[in-house]
Amino acid sequence: MTDDDDFAAYQSLAEETEDHRWAFGTGFSDPLEGIDTSVPVGVDAAALAAYCLALGDDALIYSHRLQQWVTRLPELEEETALANIALDLLGQARMLLSRAGQAEGTGWDEDRLAFFRTEGEFRNVRLVEPADADFAELAGRLLIFSAWRLALFGELTGSADPVLAAIAGKAVKELAYHRDYAAQWVIRLGDGTALSHARMQAALAAIWPLLDELFRADAVAARLPGVAADPAGLRAEVDGVVDAVLGAATLDRPGGAPLASVGGQAGREGVHTEALGYVLAELQSVARAYPDATW
Amino acid sequence: MVTRGAGDGVTGGPEQVTPGAGDDVTTELELAREIAAAVPDPELPMVTLADLGILRRVTAEDGRVVVTITPTYSGCPALREMAYDLRYRLGRAGFADVIVRTELAPAWSSDQITPEGRAKLAAAGLAPPHPVEPNQGQRGPGRGPVPIPLTMALPQFVACPRCGSLDTVRTAAFGPTACTALFRCRTCLEPFEYVKDI
Repeated sequence: MTDDDDFAAYQSLAEETEDHRWAFGTGFSDPLEGIDTSVPVGVDAAALAAYCLALGDDALIYSHRLQQWVTRLPELEEETALANIALDLLGQARMLLSRAGQAEGTGWDEDRLAFFRTEGEFRNVRLVEPADADFAELAGRLLIFSAWRLALFGELTGSADPVLAAIAGKAVKELAYHRDYAAQWVIRLGDGTALSHARMQAALAAIWPLLDELFRADAVAARLPGVAADPAGLRAEVDGVVDAVLGAATLDRPGGAPLASVGGQAGREGVHTEALGYVLAELQSVARAYPDATW
Repeated sequence: MVTRGAGDGVTGGPEQVTPGAGDDVTTELELAREIAAAVPDPELPMVTLADLGILRRVTAEDGRVVVTITPTYSGCPALREMAYDLRYRLGRAGFADVIVRTELAPAWSSDQITPEGRAKLAAAGLAPPHPVEPNQGQRGPGRGPVPIPLTMALPQFVACPRCGSLDTVRTAAFGPTACTALFRCRTCLEPFEYVKDI
């Protein structure tokens, strides 16, 4: 192959002279454009909106935390990996927040929901809030998050809301890939040197108190029979995956008490850890300073 | 083969047609299909939207052309550019009123890349994807429980698109675009991209 052949494919792009090609992401349209977004008869629209909002918030906040790792990762290959995973989750967040705004009938779009809600209005689980202390904690949290979300979205591919089912149908493919990536790192670190093993074990101990919240009863999901998944029903699959990885990684399942809720309320009820405020400050500050800015 | 002119802009050149008018609607729709199918992918321009299976269908509604596309990955940043490009190229051929719709279900799979698309990818140095297990991860009514198995090992062999050797190694699970991973051939020593199977 000559150099000319290698570049030939790109001639089709040079045909057009519009600058937009070289700046992907400088403009956004509704991610659900052209999709039938009517809420099925018999489905509680307010509950559906709240449910999609919570699932979108999980992805939005975690995506932001993963983006914060970019430029700080140990190798270029992991930079690319984490940026890609964060992008997949951001795409899921965009569709879910759009679905939430439509179902609720407020007309709020994804940006309004992402940038102009306060901390107490976010409904993400607390697992996604803290900054990872090190790469081991990143790998451990990503394993737990993606194993849980894959089990959850696997259920949602059969949701009675066709839009939610379609979003889940795309997401499961992405999440399976994220889970494999995280599992391979947990195994490599756990079954690595004495130091990497100790740090991986310590990372799991730091994450473990946030695990139980993923399977708590959810009042919103309870209002959506056939549409939402029962959180408690996901535990067996997640435990099976996590135990298989920990076994291969020669790591022990940590003990320790779950992080307490506050008056029976946790992330899904808008009660968060201190860490969320810092995420939102960074995520929202530009949009709030220049509300109508485009670039 | 449709001649798409030499860039006369959206007003159209001599080949301009008037969609929806006259008794030649089928032919015009065929023309619109050919134009839409030939739009290059913004990330992998060696293949077209039709080659990748991103273009689902081109139909006519009330005299307007409706193009339905599906995203490869949820966060694919190229989707908007594809819509822009479709409107631009169809507009240049005289289709002034074009609707571009997104379709999520059924979710895109790398299995939808056509044989021609696979050949073009390989010719450009990108290894085409392996087939995907049917119904992977899909559950719910009529689908049966098929949870995606955890993969703790590295992926199966991927043949080098340049020399054909199976002695290759994955250097990164993710590549420069959402749909590729990075490999290196141990025989010819060239690095290459592999279009991920999803």
